[in-house]
Amino acid sequence: MEHLEFEFKGSGNRQVDRQATLVGVVSSGNLEVMLENVDLHGLCRINVSTSAQGFTEIWQAVLNDFAARYDLADLQISINDGGATPAVVCLRLDQAMEEYLEALT
Amino acid sequence: MATRKWHTQAENRRARLLRAAEVCEGKIVPCERMTALIEKVLEPGDRVCLEGNNQKQADFLARCLAQVDPQRVYDLHMVQSVIALPSHIELFERGIANKVDFSYSGPMGTRMAQLVADDKIKIGAIHTYLELFGRYFIDLPPKVSLIVAHSADSQGNLYTGPNTEDTPTIVEATAFKSGIVIAQVNQIVEDLPRVDIPADWVDFVTEAPTPHLLEPLFTRDPAQISEIQILMAMMVIKGIYAEYDVNRLNHGVGFNTAAIELLLPTYADSLGLKGKICRNWMLNPHPTLIPAIEAGFVESVYSPGSELGMEDYVRARPDVFFNGSDGSQRTNRAFSHAAGHYACDLFIGSSLQMDLQGNSSTVTLDRITGFGGAPNLGADARGRRHASPAWLKAGREAQSGLTTTPRGRKLVVQIMETYREHMQPAFVERLDAWEMMEKTGMELPPIMVYGDDISHVVTEEGIANLLLCRTDEERNEAIRGVAGYTPLGLGRSHSVVENLRDRGIIRRPEDLGVDRRMATRDLLAARSVKELVHWSGGLYQPPKRFRNW
Repeated sequence: MEHLEFEFKGSGNRQVDRQATLVGVVSSGNLEVMLENVDLHGLCRINVSTSAQGFTEIWQAVLNDFAARYDLADLQISINDGGATPAVVCLRLDQAMEEYLEALT
Repeated sequence: MATRKWHTQAENRRARLLRAAEVCEGKIVPCERMTALIEKVLEPGDRVCLEGNNQKQADFLARCLAQVDPQRVYDLHMVQSVIALPSHIELFERGIANKVDFSYSGPMGTRMAQLVADDKIKIGAIHTYLELFGRYFIDLPPKVSLIVAHSADSQGNLYTGPNTEDTPTIVEATAFKSGIVIAQVNQIVEDLPRVDIPADWVDFVTEAPTPHLLEPLFTRDPAQISEIQILMAMMVIKGIYAEYDVNRLNHGVGFNTAAIELLLPTYADSLGLKGKICRNWMLNPHPTLIPAIEAGFVESVYSPGSELGMEDYVRARPDVFFNGSDGSQRTNRAFSHAAGHYACDLFIGSSLQMDLQGNSSTVTLDRITGFGGAPNLGADARGRRHASPAWLKAGREAQSGLTTTPRGRKLVVQIMETYREHMQPAFVERLDAWEMMEKTGMELPPIMVYGDDISHVVTEEGIANLLLCRTDEERNEAIRGVAGYTPLGLGRSHSVVENLRDRGIIRRPEDLGVDRRMATRDLLAARSVKELVHWSGGLYQPPKRFRNW
């Protein structure tokens, strides 16, 4: 397993609900995503555990786009990857975010 | 001036038949005599067709041919659709044959590459099916053809059943050019259900000790269809089939296109597209098309070959399929591929690699796989003259803003996830086909579908419409714009891509009104082989390997 950590600075415009704690897409084949509200001083931190070695640059590119899409702050995202393609990673992250944002409203 | 002889081929044929009479009497030959018979009728250097496609195989005759004495029969030039069986390879290993002109060698691709490396085989050319069939009537007519049918009567009439496939083409080219036709059948019977090949085109028939091989090549288990494939299928239905009124079409074999077939009764129906798209098909009877047929989407299906397990279902739907007077399906690869090339408005298929020009290939470095039929199906038909709404619209898009004589265009769509399994990028700077060319001394890189024939590229990122591109640079950027996180995709300019998006050259799911949240397996009309059986009312009988319940 390879462990990667990425941090993104949100603009602070998106309000987060401190009560919402844990949502995510689990047991969905080759990728699991968990989202937690944590006080990270306005940062969004993404931890990736992956069985595929040597794809740091691709993770960086996928997560850059993801962070830009949602403008997140004070959010801890954990990804447990069993060798998913970037397409699956993007789809699962979007699904997890939808669930998370719905839980906020 | 010496008088020229005009009947040498017929005389040669008579000489061969006289030699054959030394080992057998009459047309029906016991299977134990077959190797001896083949040895008698063959001469060194003969062009020989051993029937077999990716579905049915003259496997018994292939084994007999591989057993002949290489001292007596050698340097044969094989002219056949596929190299698929170990016995095909043995012919070259034993020196019985030394040259081949063929179309496809999928299952034996690695061993073919080895034979080339060992200098045991000379490849004349790798063809499409239609090309090779064409050459049977020009410069490569077979001297002897070893063919396969389901059954024969005592006269030698042949019944092929649903898998007629290549047989009529091979027999026509051989029997009418003073060649010799030898058939293996599963059984010899009193009365045939129907005659697919008349007896006077056939010289010898044998009842093989085992029924001929038949591969269920077109069966895709819906259980293995991914959400990404469903998302791409939604984009194809909404962004291409609906927009161009695609009614006459051909699908490649694979999970991407199986997903489209399984979304017709659900997603396409919810968009009100029943009766408006996907009515007339050139397609093997894919089990995954059953729900669309049952839901009333499909008017007709003409097939190059049948599919194992689909026989009873096809028999029960004669309004949809082309069936004989006996009720069972009749197929014909040559006519199907002509139909696919000239009478279909759209081809969609997948590939392993695509470059920035849109050229695509299924070649990988250690395998010679060949072409099969895809290049004929996935190419603009330059000789087409009849119009249809889809063809005209594609033509208008390809020519808008240009001063040129109006003409139509075929829709040729490549659909693929940007990364394959094990993180192999589908978009590459240079196709492996180039290295294959250099290694094997081919004159051209083995490209399956040329970029200038492609109208649309579909990935999980969206659709690139190459018809609307006006320069090479624009095409390159359009392909980068759907190439995801592959090195080619990462090399995109965001402002250029956004500009292409504004012009409708690149369309994202949200631009098409495709809701990603709907891309779940719940959208499939059938999620398992068992559900396909259920849709068919129990008529579809899947082969054992697909029965997991």
